[in-house]
Amino acid sequence: MSIRLDNIAKHFGATQALEPINLDIQEGELVGLLGPSGSGKTTLLRIIAGLETADHSPTPGRILFGERDVTHVHVRDRRIGFVFQHYALFRHMSVYDNVAFGLTVMPRAKRPSAQDIRARVYRLLEMVKLEAFANRYPAQLSGGQQQRVSLARALAVEPDVLLLDEPFGALDAKVRQELRRWLRHLHEEFNFTSVFVTHDQEEALELSDRVVVMSNGRIEQIDTPETLYRAPQNRFVFEFLGDVNYLEGKVHNGTLTCGDAHLAVDLPDGDAELLLRPHEIRLAEQPTPESHLPVTITAISPVGAEVRVELEADWLAEPWLATVRHADFNRLALRRGQRLYAHPRHWRRFPEATENAEVQTHLA
Amino acid sequence: MSYFALRHSGSARVLPGFGLSMGISVLFISLVLLLPITGLFGQLAGLSLAEYWAIITEGRVVASYMVTIGAAAVAALVNAVFGLLLAWVLVRYDFTGKRLLDALMDLPFALPTAVAGITLATLYASSGWMGGWLESLGFQVAYTWVGIALAMAFTSIPFVVRTVQPVLEDMPAEVDEAAMSLGATDGVAFRRVIMPHLWPALVTGTGLAFVRSLGEFGAIIFIAGNMPYETEITALMIFVKLQEYDYAGASAIASVVLFVSLALLLAINVWQGRFIRRLHGGKG
Repeated sequence: MSIRLDNIAKHFGATQALEPINLDIQEGELVGLLGPSGSGKTTLLRIIAGLETADHSPTPGRILFGERDVTHVHVRDRRIGFVFQHYALFRHMSVYDNVAFGLTVMPRAKRPSAQDIRARVYRLLEMVKLEAFANRYPAQLSGGQQQRVSLARALAVEPDVLLLDEPFGALDAKVRQELRRWLRHLHEEFNFTSVFVTHDQEEALELSDRVVVMSNGRIEQIDTPETLYRAPQNRFVFEFLGDVNYLEGKVHNGTLTCGDAHLAVDLPDGDAELLLRPHEIRLAEQPTPESHLPVTITAISPVGAEVRVELEADWLAEPWLATVRHADFNRLALRRGQRLYAHPRHWRRFPEATENAEVQTHLA
Repeated sequence: MSYFALRHSGSARVLPGFGLSMGISVLFISLVLLLPITGLFGQLAGLSLAEYWAIITEGRVVASYMVTIGAAAVAALVNAVFGLLLAWVLVRYDFTGKRLLDALMDLPFALPTAVAGITLATLYASSGWMGGWLESLGFQVAYTWVGIALAMAFTSIPFVVRTVQPVLEDMPAEVDEAAMSLGATDGVAFRRVIMPHLWPALVTGTGLAFVRSLGEFGAIIFIAGNMPYETEITALMIFVKLQEYDYAGASAIASVVLFVSLALLLAINVWQGRFIRRLHGGKG
């Protein structure tokens, strides 16, 4: 079922939680709402669910599920499944009763027979790999298992849309990774339309077909994860989607100078600030005529596929973070206290006046 | 030597002060609770079993049990309903005067019971505001068991409100929302999701209110009318015995109240313990 939000806004008292928002979500899409806390992403999700109502004035907004206008439909009649960050399981009911709840509260005319309910609950429990836990109580399960129960409970009523509010936020990193992959799987298999909220950019980029980046109650950008990462539309999106290193200085005759550091840039004279991703910094033992950025290594963390290296210099206000491949790390024999030269491969600039990014690539 | 020192420090508690605080607690409980109760049983020692039985089954005393238990049961049930409602209002909604209402909830605890008793008696006597009005409708409250129940309800309502309130506060609104998102109507959500959470607290609060009502004296005697076999409460029977310098008789009746109260409190505790174990992952 597709979702269309038309001019949806929300005030809490005098503060505007959401500026008027338009959003189209295709049938079968998995969309992530990404933003820092207070960006309005959870409010938006709750409005889609019907747990909050959007502003009526100045202009009333509309919410459509497919062709159905659900703006004034109560949450219980919207045919949504909602998964809460803290699971919100019914603690006094067994896992089985939790999953069966939505089916047993249906009006008698629509309610499936006892056998059908049983069959459907066990099918769902099998799907979330918890059929052996049917008689347990929520308190006897781990966080990851509880969240799977809550997902099975939401899916039991065959909702038109599945809404998830920071579904993996309360879980530890490993379980989170596992559940993410599993949700992606489930989504591909059953092809329901789902919207989830997260403040974790990695989660949003990994899981979503499209990501809606939000800040201060506004949508900053809606794109596929790839486009979003490659072509952020503004500074906020760029900064929010990963680690950023800053280089501030004065440009004169095509050279940006900052203390004893300088870099050849193709920019007009004046103040400039360049933004670089950690993987866009190459480390070398020698400067080049175009790039003279002396740095000292202050910390090394060889975790994961790359080595994270922290760099400091007296011309830098804040330390830089560079990621180096293990091969390069070994070749350069990096160690703490070592003095090297940084060479930007690629950088971006978001001038205040124009919202558009300026990108320059250097084959350093 | 060092082996023993290690052993010793290994078995010691990390939190300091256990010995001292436990000692003071035991002493305090002994002085304030156990000593008077022992005294009570000491008084009973002068009675033979037959005498004891005769005192506690005397017609007028038995009638007072009926009045007390009946009125306390009604008061407890009324409090269960209205206490739950009050707790609900105090937790779930925001309104001006909420803090004031919350503070008023403790008034029956703070007010001397005799003050409450006199106030209720004047209010509900046939010459009082409420009494006059109710009488014109054909209800008599003062000097009937309804008045007794009313006084009991007044003094024990905080027990229900104050036990249900924190449990309700602990219950996240998300649980409600989850039930509604699954299609439950308000009534179904309340019955199947909210009430099961509140049951233990509500039963405990109601039980405490009931037990408190069994022993209430000051608030009741002014409004009860104290007619033998009709509106005499057990606490009054104890008082009457004391005025006749019949200490053993007073102790005998008091011991009945004590046993009933203790048995009830114990039963509630055991039942609640089982329920809570289930919520926290036990097999109970």
